[in-house]
Amino acid sequence: MARVPVQFRLNGEDRAEFVESGTTLLHALRDTMGDISPKGGCHQGTCGACSVIVDGELRLSCLTLAESCEGAAIETTAGLGRDGVLYPVQRAILDGFATQCGFCTPGMVMAAKALLDHTPNPTREDVIEAISGNICRCTGYEPIINAVLAAARSNSQNAG
Amino acid sequence: MELRKSYFADERKDDLHEIGQSRPRSDAPGHVTGKTVYFADRTFPDLLHLKMVRSPHHHANIRSIDTSEAEKHPGVIRVLTAKDVPHNVYTILILIQVGPEDETVLADKKVSWKGEAVVAVVATSERAAQEAAAKVKVDYEVLPAVFDVLEALEPGAVQVNEHHPGNYYHYDSGDHRKVRFGDIEAGFAMADHILEETYSSSPIEQAPTETTGCIVAPEGNDRFTCYTNTQAMFFTLDNASIILQMPGHKLHMVGGTVGGGFGGKVDVIVEPIAILAAKLTGRPVSFIYSREEEMQISSPRAAEKIIIRDGVMDDGRLVARQVTGYTDAGAYSRHSPYGAQKGAAHYPGPYTVPNVWIDTYCVYTNRTPSSAMRGFGVTIADFALEVQMDKLARLIGMDPLEFRFINAYRDGDMKAHRQPTEGAALIECMQEAARVSNWPVAQKYLDMSSRTREA
Ligand code: FES
Ligand code: FES
Repeated sequence: MARVPVQFRLNGEDRAEFVESGTTLLHALRDTMGDISPKGGCHQGTCGACSVIVDGELRLSCLTLAESCEGAAIETTAGLGRDGVLYPVQRAILDGFATQCGFCTPGMVMAAKALLDHTPNPTREDVIEAISGNICRCTGYEPIINAVLAAARSNSQNAG
Repeated sequence: MELRKSYFADERKDDLHEIGQSRPRSDAPGHVTGKTVYFADRTFPDLLHLKMVRSPHHHANIRSIDTSEAEKHPGVIRVLTAKDVPHNVYTILILIQVGPEDETVLADKKVSWKGEAVVAVVATSERAAQEAAAKVKVDYEVLPAVFDVLEALEPGAVQVNEHHPGNYYHYDSGDHRKVRFGDIEAGFAMADHILEETYSSSPIEQAPTETTGCIVAPEGNDRFTCYTNTQAMFFTLDNASIILQMPGHKLHMVGGTVGGGFGGKVDVIVEPIAILAAKLTGRPVSFIYSREEEMQISSPRAAEKIIIRDGVMDDGRLVARQVTGYTDAGAYSRHSPYGAQKGAAHYPGPYTVPNVWIDTYCVYTNRTPSSAMRGFGVTIADFALEVQMDKLARLIGMDPLEFRFINAYRDGDMKAHRQPTEGAALIECMQEAARVSNWPVAQKYLDMSSRTREA
């Protein structure tokens, strides 16, 4: 199959790779670019485990072709909370016992980040809506919703 | 959260200084940063992908299998059939003396459920493996199938599995597990009321977010490392060793973080065939269920049918309990004989009943083999028992919680399995539940204790 070059910014770093035409962003990130933080739970757009942020918008990387991301800025959970300081959503999930097996967690983190980037002070309904495409089979959604709200509060405290 | 430290204070050796406090999970920092490594997060050069050809029929004889077109498909490295598997018939619990071996790794003569594995195709990409799998030709002679436990037990019913005549699992106690205690006839004879109800449940899929799978890497010297998300590492090692006829020291199982399981990952299905594929190709092999396979092929919680007949007195005392339970194993045993057996032990419930009669059956049907899921064998039993308790309370016009206080087992009570009750705290739990839920119960129930049975 034909290989095509793609260039994009991954978590702030310029990356250029050759991928097989038709490769999903999920496979390109995981198999070619060594970023294992997005997970594949269904590969059909229903579980949200593969969620990443592309040019500021939440996207399912299993339904996104790598070649369609030419020139884009891509954010994944692996790029958050560098230098040992966790991003507030990560901190809140850790503190709030909002992760169990952890398989959904990177996708949840990105869904929450996409929300907070656009809506810094979300309502509970906003949070529910924002993570509604992300399935968690272990934790139950309450601790996750509470963690996202806690992260929003800590963000606004930091800002204020 | 308030913690009652007064209960059983003299029996406890600790001061409970851990309970009630939050401790971070040791794996949570990895989860939130995306650094936790699941089995599929490892990449290997020259990785091959295994896809299974599965039966489209619930029950059929296999007349012939033609893999020639699949073998010619671009990217295909190897096609595996039953004759490639050194010991093709197995059963997971053989390691704890639950036999006979009753399930094929790859079907050769017959399939007994829709989705049963028949041929494994190993190719350089998932897509090539998928396309080639579609080219395997299996000629089936479709047979009648049975999907209901009671129909399966009728004389002359379709025989699901040649190893289980009559579609029963045969325990050392016969075709069922039983508990006999007291005199059930006398119990019913003295009862003011008798209530018989039938409860049934459907199979439930565990649906973990991470699908079942493994990646096997050959390490040279005929040794293999298998990275797997099994929930049952030693079953996996030992069964793989039996199926592959390889000593365990050649097989290095690497487990670790499991992306959800809920019992759905205790069967040994993917690892042996993936190891065999790695052995025969000399290359690393990945066998990961698609989401569709996870939902349709992985073993669910068993469907159950439970018939409960209780004798109760006007004053609330349960005097007789007769239970017949049927566990739908599907086509093969896996963990179901054990689940049905657990049910037998569980059906008296946490109650003291002087006359008990219990039979539980593990039954074969042409449904997806069922297996472990969170408290399998007892979860549906509890659903049935507690619904029955509510119905009994209603029947005699008693508050359902007060009814349970009367029948709850206390220390020193003889259980139906002839094991005296020790360390029961049921009364105290119910008292606390009544308090926190503001469920009013008469003072005499709040004065009860699990330590003694009041006169
Ligand atoms: S893997 Fe993309 S939504 Fe499930
Ligand atoms: S923690 Fe397991 S799926 Fe969410």
